[in-house]
This record gives sequence, C-alpha cells and structure tokens, in this order.
Amino acid sequence: MKAVPLILLVSLLICSACGGSPGQTTPSARTSAYIQNKGSDTIVNLALAWAERYQTEHPDISISVTGGGSGTGIAALINGTVDIANASRAITADEIKQAKANGINPVQVVISRDAIAVVVNPQNPVRRLTLQQISDIYSGKINNWTGVGGDDRPIVRLSRETNSGTHVYFLQTVIRLGDPKNTTLFSTDTLLLPSSEGIINEVRQNPNAIGYDGLGYIPPDLMNSVIAVAVDAGGAYVIPSITTVNNNSYPVSRDLYMYTNGQPTGAIKDYLNWILSPEAQKIVADLGFVPIK
Amino acid sequence: MDKSPNWRETFVTAIVKTCGYSAVVFVILIFFFLLRQGLPALFEVKIGDLFTTRWYPIENHFGILPLLTGSLVVTVGAMLIAIPFGIGTAVFLAEIAPRWMREILKPLVELLGGIPSVVLGFLGILLLSPFLRVFLNLPTGLTALAGALLLGAIAIPTTVSIAEDALDSVPQGYREGALALGATKWQTIWRVTLPAARSGVLTALMLGVGRTIGETMAVMMVTGNAPVMAIKLTSILSPVRTMTATIAAEMGEVANGSTHYHVLFLIGLILFLISLAVNITASSVIFKSRKRAERVLS
Repeated sequence: MKAVPLILLVSLLICSACGGSPGQTTPSARTSAYIQNKGSDTIVNLALAWAERYQTEHPDISISVTGGGSGTGIAALINGTVDIANASRAITADEIKQAKANGINPVQVVISRDAIAVVVNPQNPVRRLTLQQISDIYSGKINNWTGVGGDDRPIVRLSRETNSGTHVYFLQTVIRLGDPKNTTLFSTDTLLLPSSEGIINEVRQNPNAIGYDGLGYIPPDLMNSVIAVAVDAGGAYVIPSITTVNNNSYPVSRDLYMYTNGQPTGAIKDYLNWILSPEAQKIVADLGFVPIK
Repeated sequence: MDKSPNWRETFVTAIVKTCGYSAVVFVILIFFFLLRQGLPALFEVKIGDLFTTRWYPIENHFGILPLLTGSLVVTVGAMLIAIPFGIGTAVFLAEIAPRWMREILKPLVELLGGIPSVVLGFLGILLLSPFLRVFLNLPTGLTALAGALLLGAIAIPTTVSIAEDALDSVPQGYREGALALGATKWQTIWRVTLPAARSGVLTALMLGVGRTIGETMAVMMVTGNAPVMAIKLTSILSPVRTMTATIAAEMGEVANGSTHYHVLFLIGLILFLISLAVNITASSVIFKSRKRAERVLS
C-alpha cells in the first residue's frame, strides 16, 4: 500500500524539481509555489490524487504529499516543517497548546468525510452488529463468533497501529461508545498491523478475523462482507455508503481535516478553495470517501 | 625522495588508525545518545509501572514486559531454527559436499542473505502465515512462530557463510589424523573438526543472534504486533510484539521529548545492552577456548 504513494511522491518531487525553483512558500508569489502536505495515511491517496490533478491544471504549483499518520502531520505542522497537515481526527487541546508555544496557529478545514467500515471474512455468516457488540469484541468480552450469532470460531481482532487517527477514532467512538469517561481499552491480543493493506489481507484470508478501516480502503471483493452497524439492538442496521454517511444514519463516520498555520493565503488558499470545489470533491467520491456537500 | 615512503607510511597509518578508532568512538557516542534520551524515562515513569504487562502508550500505559518477552520468544525460536540448520549446512558444505556442489551452493546461500527482509516479510504475510494458520489450526497465522521462521531464514545465511569459512580453515592434517586413528567421518566432524573451528562457529552464531534480535521489518509484518505477555509454552503460537517493531511503528509519531519518546529510547537502550551482553559472552567464550588451545599446543 505504501509503494504506490511513494512512487507518486518521487514523481511529484521530480516534477517539483523541474518546475522551477522549489523554495520557500511565499504568499505573494503566485506564479510559482511549493506546497508541502503531510499527515494521515487515510487521506494520503486522496491528497495525492488532488495534488496530481491540481498540478496538471496549474503547472507553476508544486505539491509534495507524504503520509505517516495524523499525529505525524500535526507534529510537523507544530514544528513548522509543512504547509498543510492532513488529519483524520481533530487536533487535540494538547497539540494546540504545543503549537501556540511554537508560535503556530492551527486553522482547520473539513475537506471530506469518511466512514469507518467494519469488515469480516466473506465465509463468516455474521453481517450485522451493534456498536455495543463491536465494543465487546474489541475489548475482549466476546472471544468467539458464537457470542454474536456466528460459527464456533475464535475471534481474531485486527486494528491499525496506535499512531493512526483511525485507531484513535475507533477507540473513542466504537470501543468507548463515544463516552469520554469510559476507559475501556483494546484487548491486548488485538493485532496491531502497520498498514491498511495488512488488515485487508488478513481479513481476506482468515475466516476468524474482524477488522476496520476507512471505507475507501475496502476492496470490491470484501464489500459484500462489510458489517451493517446499529447504534443499539432495536435500531436499524446500516451499511456504510456515501448516502448513509451524508444522512447521518451510519454511526461510525467522521470528518477529515487539513490544518494550516494561520488563515491560508496565496497559493495555499487557492489550493484549499479548489479542494472544496465540485471538481475536487468528485475525486473524493471516486476514491470511496464521502464528499462534503 | 628518501622521505616520501616514510611520509606515505605515516599518512596511511593515520587513516587506518582513524578508521579503527572511529568504530569505537561511534559506538560510545551512540551509547551516550541512547542514555541521554532513554534515561529520563526512568524518572518520568515509575519503575514499577515500566515493569507491568500493559503496553498502550497513547493512554500512558508503558509496561515493557510484553515487548521484552515478545522479542525473547521470537529470538529464541529463530535461534532454535538457525543453529541446527546453519551448522548443519556449514558442515555439509565444508566437509561432505563435493567441490563442485559447494561452489554452487555457497554463493546461493549467500545470495539468500542478500534478500531484503521486507521481501521475506511479504512472503511471510502472503504465504507463510496463511499456511501456518491452516496447517496448525490456529486462530491466526500472524504469530511468533512465523516471525521465528523468517528470522531463522534471515540468520541462516550469515551463520552458514562464517561457520563454513571457519570449518574450511581447519588444517587438513587434523582430519587425516582422526581418520588414520580409525574415526568414522561423523566422529571426525563431531569430535575433531567442529571443536577445532569452535571460535569461528561461535562467531557465526553470535552474528546470527545479532541479526535476529535487531531485525525489524520482517518481524513487524508477520508477528501481529499484539503486546501480550509471551510467557507460556504456547506463546510461540500466539501473536507477539517485539521491541524493534514497537520502536519502528511508534517512533515516527511521538512528539519530540515526550515521555513516550523517552520510553522508546529506553527500549533502544535495552536492545543495545542485550546485544552487548551477547557479544561479551560470546567473545569471552572464544577467548577462553583460544587460551586452552594455546596451552594444548605449547
């Protein structure tokens, strides 16, 4: 999964090298600008697609996109090494404090929405779960699929690493059911896989597995075994999709953000405005994310 | 004209000396850097909290025992695979295989050592772990065993190559002497050749252990990275999280100078000390055996 963005990144860097002087981003210099964009692995493919399209339309602008995780992107913004930080979670109060201490003033833009899909192996008959059941599975209270109406198989829990914004969001919204006082943790035997690809691969070949990931990362062959989620047992079970995220019926969806230092100006401002345009938001839908209306 | 060779001599000696000392200097500098970044962790986290069984750094659970035991299980597992296979292969190459076969096999084994560990990791994810899950009927194939098998495969080429060199440098007279006394080929290998090459074989094993404990990428890909205590006999069949994988996965994200950052450096320091201990043990064994050999010869 990392290989493709890397190749794109290299090609972007090469483009930026031949596209004139890639120096500091000066707000007034609209003729040629270099924008550094870093952060969430969830957003990286989307950010790359945007950067590519934008650069073909504006050959004078160079944009370099790297991943690393939401925490990495925000840390880079705080250290003043990027122009735009991507994050799949909102910046924390702690991070804002650190930023202020460094003279950085993070400004937030919602760039798209994303649903977190819970997915199982196609051989597993379970297709619907309540939030409480998913929480019990991940916290280690339910250890066999019979506990949620499935076959007699052990449950293998898969998660992203702790530096992933998706991990933090899943912990807060699903495992702790959105309750800030809840201190439930992931069961210690949850497998922490370093990439989305690792999770998809294990779910694909292991009938015991349950995993979660951004809707945009679920491949077509696993789309049929995405779990329909209900807030409580009496409620409606909803499958994640663009429609169910936008009408707020799917409970595990979130906003995706970009952060800049201060109100964006110059080339960065133009770029962020373009991202919110219908043309750029169409790319959002093409990649399986949910466009903002 | 007279002075020029002298001048060259001084110059070359100085360069060689610098190279020699620089290795020592770098190791010491790295050690101090680790100390400086890692020791604050001991003040920021209570020692009692460090030696607990819960590793979940984003909520300030810094128990490193699961990571220590995880690394231990994978390394011991890998050595149990690499030692017999490595020495066996080396003995076959040096003592049994005909010349032409050795000339083909040895470069091939060394080529195996050149395969990047991330490639082995991919094979591990796509082939080894599904196979282990079905074959051993496990909940998941991403286990310490998968890591140990891959690390074994990574350590074997190093072990074979150096052990074979050591066996090869045992004087032919030793073997001829043993055979002349009526020893069988196996007795010659086990009682004469291998003991004579002991220090080289030990070096080979030590370098193998070194590669194993420090290997990161392949391990991170196949062991599942679940920070559970690996203290049962069946732990080899369950997912584990190693120290190296923890550092690799989490170092990119931590805020510079935070407690989490210092704890990760402390883990690096522990890894360093473990390697140091392995090295010192191995060299003292080699040193002792060399002394005895000198006594015997004199």
